[in-house]
Amino acid sequence: MSKTLHINGKTHQVDLPDDVPLLWVLRDELGLTGTKFGCGIAACGACTVQVDGVALRSCQLSLGDIDGEVTTIEGLGTPENLAMIQTAWVQHQVAQCGYCQSGQIMQAASLLADNPAPTDEDIDDAMQGNLCRCGTYPRIRAAIHSAAKMMQEA
Amino acid sequence: MARLKKIARRSFLVGSAAIVGGVAFGTYKYHQPAPNPLQPGAGKAILNPFVFVDQSGVTLIAPRAEMGQGVRTSWAALIAEELDVDPAAVTVLHGPAAKAYYNSAMMAEALPGRGYDASDFQHSLGQIVGNFSKFLDLQVTGGSSSMKDGFTRMRLAGASARETLKEAAAQQLGIARALLETKDGFVLAPGGVKLAYSELAMAAANVETQEAELRPAAQWKYIGKPVARIDMVEKVTGTATFGLDTRIEGMKFAAIRQNPHYGAAMRSFDASAAKSMAGVEEVLDLGDAVAVVGTNTWLAQQAVDAIEVDWAPASHPETTEAIFAEIAAAFDDSPNSTLRDDGDVDDLPEGAEFLEVEYRLPYLAHATMEPMNATALYSGDRLEIWAPNQGPTVVQKAAADLSGLEAEAITVNTTYLGGGFGRRIEVDYSNRAVQIALQLRGTPVQLTWSREEDMRHDYFRPGAIARYRAAVKDGKALMVHGKIAAQSTTQEGAGRMLGLPMSGPDKGHVDAAFNQPLAIPNFRVEGYLAKPMIPVGFWRSVAASFNGFFSDTIIDEMAHTARRDPLEFRLELARAEWEPAAQVLERVRDMSGWSGQTPAGVGRGVALAYSFGTPVAQAIEVIDRGGDIAITKAWIAADLGLAIDPRNIEAQLFGGLAYGLSAACFGEITFADGMVEQENFPDYDALRMPSMPRVEVAVLENQKHMGGAGEPGTPPAAPALANAIFDLTGSRARELPLNKRFSFV
Repeated sequence: MSKTLHINGKTHQVDLPDDVPLLWVLRDELGLTGTKFGCGIAACGACTVQVDGVALRSCQLSLGDIDGEVTTIEGLGTPENLAMIQTAWVQHQVAQCGYCQSGQIMQAASLLADNPAPTDEDIDDAMQGNLCRCGTYPRIRAAIHSAAKMMQEA
Repeated sequence: MARLKKIARRSFLVGSAAIVGGVAFGTYKYHQPAPNPLQPGAGKAILNPFVFVDQSGVTLIAPRAEMGQGVRTSWAALIAEELDVDPAAVTVLHGPAAKAYYNSAMMAEALPGRGYDASDFQHSLGQIVGNFSKFLDLQVTGGSSSMKDGFTRMRLAGASARETLKEAAAQQLGIARALLETKDGFVLAPGGVKLAYSELAMAAANVETQEAELRPAAQWKYIGKPVARIDMVEKVTGTATFGLDTRIEGMKFAAIRQNPHYGAAMRSFDASAAKSMAGVEEVLDLGDAVAVVGTNTWLAQQAVDAIEVDWAPASHPETTEAIFAEIAAAFDDSPNSTLRDDGDVDDLPEGAEFLEVEYRLPYLAHATMEPMNATALYSGDRLEIWAPNQGPTVVQKAAADLSGLEAEAITVNTTYLGGGFGRRIEVDYSNRAVQIALQLRGTPVQLTWSREEDMRHDYFRPGAIARYRAAVKDGKALMVHGKIAAQSTTQEGAGRMLGLPMSGPDKGHVDAAFNQPLAIPNFRVEGYLAKPMIPVGFWRSVAASFNGFFSDTIIDEMAHTARRDPLEFRLELARAEWEPAAQVLERVRDMSGWSGQTPAGVGRGVALAYSFGTPVAQAIEVIDRGGDIAITKAWIAADLGLAIDPRNIEAQLFGGLAYGLSAACFGEITFADGMVEQENFPDYDALRMPSMPRVEVAVLENQKHMGGAGEPGTPPAAPALANAIFDLTGSRARELPLNKRFSFV
C-alpha cells in the first residue's frame, strides 16, 4: 500500500506494509541511516525522531499510523550547517562511539523546544529513556545546558 | 644515477604493491618491512603504510577500530605531530586488513611480571614480543594498547614522510634539504617560497624514503593537548557510517536465528509460513542457523521469527546453578597459576584476626549499542566484507576458511563501531554474513542481529568465584590468600583469535589480582581454570573486571576488620609498594575531601585497581533517598605516565566507570534450560542519565611508562560502589549485581 510521508521538509512515497515501523522505512527504504536501531522495543532511544516536534521512538511507530511532519537527525542540521544543539555537542566533545547520539540529540532538541532552560532534574526526566553504553551522560548534560544558553542568547 | 634510481623505483611501483613496502622506513626497515597494503596510483605518493599524499591532500591511515575511544584522532595526531599537518585538515582512513598494521603492544601484556615494577629492559622485551604479532597478522584493537603501540611507530611514520616530502622539494628547488622547514602541510623555503604537500605528491613518489630523528617533547603541538575528535561532527549529524549504515547498490537485508543452546545443532526447520510473508526473498539453511533475506530488515526479522525450528539441546550445564557448580569444582584441581607468592600465607603470628570469604560474579554480555551485524558480497572469485570489527585480519582469515578463497581475495572494510568493548574482536557476526553471501553470489547482503539474538549469542565475560583468606594484626594487613576460578578467556578467547592452543600459567586470568601494587607481606594468588562451557571472551578490562572487585573488596573488608580508614589503609599498602599507586589514592582523597566521616544517609567508598599499565583510584558517594540508593558523585584519578590527549582520556575513564557501574548495579546473564534468560535491555539494563553520578577526573603523569586508557577505568567501579554501599548500610555485597539486594533510584 502506498503511503505519503513528510520527512525533513521533503515528501516521500513508500510502498510497504502498514505495520513496518518508521525506523525501518527510514533506514532500509529511504536511506536515512542517521536514525539507529538499538533494541526494537523502545527501551534504548537510539531510534528517536520527532513527529511534529514530539520525540518518539521510531521503532514503535507503524507506517500506517504516521501522521505529521517527521524530523530525523539529518533534518536537524548538516556537517556544513550545524544546529545549535549539534554545535554544543561538538564543543563538549560528547560522542564516544556515537551510535546513540542521534537519538540523544533528537530527544534533547525536543526537551529544549518545550523547556528553554531545563534544570538537571528536567534533563534526568527527559533523557532517561536514552541509553548510552559509553557513558557519555556527563557531557550530554553539559551540552544541553550550553545549548539552552546559546539558544537563549541567539 | 638519479635516473636509474627513478626507473628502478618506477618498476617497483608497477611491479606490485607489495614491493612498494620495500621503501618503507623506520621501524619497518630494520624489522623487515611488512608489505605496504596501500595501492599505488597516478600522482599519489605512498610515503609509508600510514601516509600518502595526492593532489587532494594528505591522507593518514589509522588502522585501529574506532569504537568510541578516539583512536582515529589520537593515532592521526601522533603522525601529524611529526608530519606538520593539522589533524583537522587531513583525511583519516581506517585502511585495509594488512600485516603492516599489526598491533605491536598488545602481546606485551602476556609477558610474565606484575607490570608496574617492569624495568626498561622488560619494556624493551615487551616491544620485541609485540613484533611477533606481525607474524601472526594480528591487526587487532584491544588491551588498551593503541597508544603504547602507535606512540613511537606513528611519530616515526610522520617524521619520515615529512623528510621525504622535504627531499622532494629540495630536489625540485635545487637547494639542500637542511634549508627547508615544514608547517601546516607546507614545505617552506628561504625567500618566502611555500610548496603544499599536495603539490609535491608527484615528485615525492620518486624520492628515496628518508628517515628522521623524533622531536623532543618540548616541541610537541598536539601530543599532551586536547585534539578535537575528527569523528565528532559526523557523529552528531547522523552522517558517520557504522556497520549497519553500509549501503551497497542492490543490497538485500537479512535476519537470523541461531540455536539458543550454544554449540548445538539445528535438527530441522519449517519455513512454510515465512516464505509467503511480505518482503521475503530467500530462506537460507546455514547448517546450525536459519536466515531470511528480503527487502527490509524488519520484514526479514518477522519472517525468521515465524520459522519453526527444532534445536538440539545444549551440551553445557543447563542452569546458572549447575554452571557455577562446575566453576567451583575447578578449586578441586591443582592451580593453573600461582603468580604471586610473597611470604608465607599459612605461618602467621599469634593474635591475627582472620577473614574467610567467598565472592561470586555473574556472566556478562557486552550489549554494544549497535547490535552485531555485517555486510558481505561474494562474486565467485572475490569476497568483500563491511564490518564494524576490532580485528580485520582475523575477520579476513575466518572468511578465507569459510569461502575457500585466499586471504588476498577478501577485502575487509572496517566501518565505525557502535561500541566494541571486546565483543567485536570475535568474528561470528562477520562469518554469518559471509555464509549468507556465499549462497547468494552477486548479491550484497546486510545481516542484522536482533537485540535478542545479540544478547543471547555473546562471548560473555565469564562468571567467576573467588575464595579469599585474609588476616590483619595491630591495624596492619598481614596476609591475603586469593583463589580465583572461572573459565579462561585467554585459553578460549585468545586461542580462538590466534587459532593456536594456549597453555601454561594463564596470567590474564589473574590480572588485577596477583599484580596489585600493594605491599602485603604474605600475599598469594592462585588461578583455577574452569572447563569451557559457555562461550567466553574479552569484555572491557577482561579478567580485571572481576579480579578488580575481588582484590579490592577483600582489602576493604580487611580495613574495616582492622578498624582503619579504608583510604588510609590502602594508601599505606600502596606507598610501600609503588608510589604512583599511592598518588592516585591521594588525589581522590583530595578531590573528594575524604575525611573518613560521612553524615547519616550518606556513604562513601574507595577502590584501587591497577590494570593495563594504569593505576586507577575511584571514590564514590551514595545517598539514601527513602530506601533507594542514589549514586551521586564519583572521583577518578588515573596515572597514564604520558597522557596523549587528556580530554579524551577523561572521557575513557568516566566511560569505563559507567560501564563498570552498569554491570555492578544491573548486569547479569543467567541460564535456564540451557539458554540465556536475558533478551533485551529491560532484562539487562545499564546506567542512564538519572543514575549516572557527577564525575570529576584527574589524569596524572607520574609513572615512568605509558599506561592504557580504555579499560583501566572499569575494574575499580564495582568495588568502589559496593564499598560505599557498605559504608551507607553496613551490608557487605559479595555478589553482583547489586540490584538483587539493593534498590537504586
